[in-house]
Amino acid sequence: MSADGRPATVTGNGPAGRSGDFRLDVRELEIRGGRHGPPVVSEVSLGGRAGEVLGLVGESGSGKTTVALALLGYTRRGLSVSGGEIRLDGVDLLRLGPGELRQMRGAKVSYVPQDPAAALNPALRIGYQLREALRVHARIAGDPEARILEVMREAYLDATPDMLRRYPHQLSGGQQQRVGLAMAFACRPSLIVLDEPTTGLDVSTQRHILDTVRSLCRGYGVAAVYVSHDLAVVSELAAEVAVMYAGRIVEAGPTPILFAQPLHPYTRGLLASVPTPDSARPLTGIPGHQPPPGQRGPGCAFAPRCDFALDQCRAREPEQVAAAGRTVRCVRVAQIPAGSAPRPLPSAVAPHGATVLSVRGVSASYGSVPVLSGIDLDVPSRACVAVVGESGSGKTTLARCIVGLHRNWTGEITLQGVPLAHGARHRPRQALKRIQCVFQNPYTSLNPRKTVGQIVAEPLQRFLGLSRREQTERVVGVLDDVSLGGGFLSRYPDQLSGGERQRVAIARALVVEPDLLVCDEVTSALDVSVQAVIVELLRAIQAQRNLAMIFITHNLALVRSVAQFAVVLRQGQVVEAGPAEQVLAQPSSRHTARLMADVPRLVRPIPPG
Amino acid sequence: MTVADPGAAAAAQPPVDRIRRHQWLATAGQAVRTPRGATGLGLVSFVVAVAVIGPFVAPDPPDALLTYPFGKPSGQFLLGGDFLGRDVLSRVLDGGWLLLLMAVTATVIGIGAGAAAGLSAAYLRGRTDGVIMRTVDVILAFPQLVFALLLLSILGPKLWLIVLAVGLTHAPAVARVLRSASLDISERDYVKVAELQGMRPAAVMAKEILPSLSTPLMVEAGLRLTYSIIIMAGLAFLGFGQPPPAPNWGTMINENRAGLALNPWAVIIPAVVIALFTIGTNILTDAIGRVALGVDRRPEEAALVDDLAPAEGGVA
Repeated sequence: MSADGRPATVTGNGPAGRSGDFRLDVRELEIRGGRHGPPVVSEVSLGGRAGEVLGLVGESGSGKTTVALALLGYTRRGLSVSGGEIRLDGVDLLRLGPGELRQMRGAKVSYVPQDPAAALNPALRIGYQLREALRVHARIAGDPEARILEVMREAYLDATPDMLRRYPHQLSGGQQQRVGLAMAFACRPSLIVLDEPTTGLDVSTQRHILDTVRSLCRGYGVAAVYVSHDLAVVSELAAEVAVMYAGRIVEAGPTPILFAQPLHPYTRGLLASVPTPDSARPLTGIPGHQPPPGQRGPGCAFAPRCDFALDQCRAREPEQVAAAGRTVRCVRVAQIPAGSAPRPLPSAVAPHGATVLSVRGVSASYGSVPVLSGIDLDVPSRACVAVVGESGSGKTTLARCIVGLHRNWTGEITLQGVPLAHGARHRPRQALKRIQCVFQNPYTSLNPRKTVGQIVAEPLQRFLGLSRREQTERVVGVLDDVSLGGGFLSRYPDQLSGGERQRVAIARALVVEPDLLVCDEVTSALDVSVQAVIVELLRAIQAQRNLAMIFITHNLALVRSVAQFAVVLRQGQVVEAGPAEQVLAQPSSRHTARLMADVPRLVRPIPPG
Repeated sequence: MTVADPGAAAAAQPPVDRIRRHQWLATAGQAVRTPRGATGLGLVSFVVAVAVIGPFVAPDPPDALLTYPFGKPSGQFLLGGDFLGRDVLSRVLDGGWLLLLMAVTATVIGIGAGAAAGLSAAYLRGRTDGVIMRTVDVILAFPQLVFALLLLSILGPKLWLIVLAVGLTHAPAVARVLRSASLDISERDYVKVAELQGMRPAAVMAKEILPSLSTPLMVEAGLRLTYSIIIMAGLAFLGFGQPPPAPNWGTMINENRAGLALNPWAVIIPAVVIALFTIGTNILTDAIGRVALGVDRRPEEAALVDDLAPAEGGVA
């Protein structure tokens, strides 16, 4: 199949020697910003076997998407490949001319983007978009119509004319991504690059899509590269995994070995940050953040964040060495002691006091669309209640009703026995002060035109009317509490990383000493190592300050690390509520049980096949 | 994360603090350093200099009848005479400052009223939005010049009324632009935080939203200033301007067009200064808009920034 479509530039040595059964063979890839700019990606070597998934993991800014796009012979504007080779079935993609490359894309290499809603053209029918790929590469398939129906069935889509006539907005997120998969596999490619295809999907949908990806890859014998920040997903799907940090692969090897016993300090840190729904353990994040291109020093890029770093690490980029069945880029592999198992959280929960917030029979709607119906919820003092649910379950609307941003609700919400008015505008200042809120997206929750000091001091001024000096004192105090410190007072939000911004938002909420803190998906826009740090911070603060907290999340794995109670929402109704331990470990409703089963987990035995 | 991320070492703080303090000044400063911006600023400054310094260096009083009507340029009268035999050069030098002052005032009125209307419509939404925007639609249905003429013919050609009329006719278009610019900002979480702190709507708009609108405001101001000049010159041409003996670039074009064949300079020079000013303002505005949008950013720089920008809310 691969021989006929191959362009004329096949090199003599072909896929022999080291490459063995590698369909994809990337060697020493280097990508720079501009011709003489700083390297964005350096010394990346990867091998992809037929029918297997290669996981490429790393946090935002690690260069994983840049590498993934380079596999299609594509670089973003301003970046260019400055070295190395990308061989696919023996052909070096980087040596192809624009015309040959275009012939390769779609036919031999295909791409599944992150957001299917954005990747599908909203003005064209699904059928048209599926046919498009086959029309461009007409020689590949025999009868295009038959091929479309076949590939749709393989992607578990209804292979009906009705489906082909639909527009993308008439499909669910999961179906849209299946269309994306069907398009990618339509021409029977040799390599498929999947760029976080399940990000933004609910866990159950994600589970189905992952199963589809696995079966398609195996069935077609393609080499698949799966780019993700989600280690749990990769551990379930990939046979081999490469961990990227600051544009380099720091550790690579077979998934079970690598995840069971990580050697590089960064891999260890990442794995320790991943929350699990099965036990209550504190998350250990990685302090600091990744150096951007151009600000990477001469030594190991991870050294500034590494507990084990020596002068040697800072002086020179470590060579890649083979150890224990994988390759690692760390000079101290042999010396670093094996990581100890994380200690479990104290299971004994501090006694909870009287109810701080009580929600009784709250129903809410947007216009005429009902979103919540008859919600009951109690938040005891000194306790954290997690509200979990899939997208559309109404969890954020509930938060908006409680804080007073959504006014169209019925029922009763009382704060320490006093009923709350519907809208924030009708609530007395004292009531506003006592409920504080942290929002999901740290990139829009801070005014870019104000300094951190101004942002945090503002509620003090409005609620407490403190003098300038007292304000500064309190602001510095609370910034210390969120481990930022007074040095951040005069910074502007765009000088901060995502995690730092979220700390500022937390500090702003805490500074007036509220009775209730509402956290709405506060970690979902953050990297996993930063998420761990923020969750730990919230847990510590909640315990220290005896704060009542509502923690809204779609991520069941986080619940036990932070909350003592859990409430599961589905389609605007409470399906289950109780102590977090009990709800997650022995769910009484089928919905919760299914959600728990679908949560991706780290290190599972690779299913035989 | 930004490229200017200070990294782990707190000592390596980039010197962005000062620049960020006045975002709009930084943008304008950057714009002026591009070739486009420099050209625009040069043209504008030249015309402003003529208008401001002109009255002090004019060789003759602008009203004195000194030469023949439509007299040819000579050593004494460099640009010749106008239709009454007054010195064209002196009238050009003297006839700009009031026009520019009126145009600037009208622009300030228009931007102020338009921004207030647009911002309120975007932030308050609902009925307020409907009332404001439908009013805007009605006013926009009249051509700007006709609307100004209507006001002037009813209330009489007073200078303050001209300024007010021109300013008010700008407001609807400004309101449109500012409304769409602030719709997105009104939905940001920091605006909600301000609401949850019990801030009054007017304060939210002024303190939280307005600062982020500095760039569209600057671009609009430049554009509207150009229009102000054109409309005021046009009104002057039609006879609604300063009363006759006073010199005015717009009026001069009208007064002297009969003698275009005899002394063209009496028409061409005032027309050219008006053109230079409007073109200059336009180019400058364009440069500011480009800098703000990032069109004039080096591509490598842009790529690095994009590579580091996290996917907005992506990890849901």
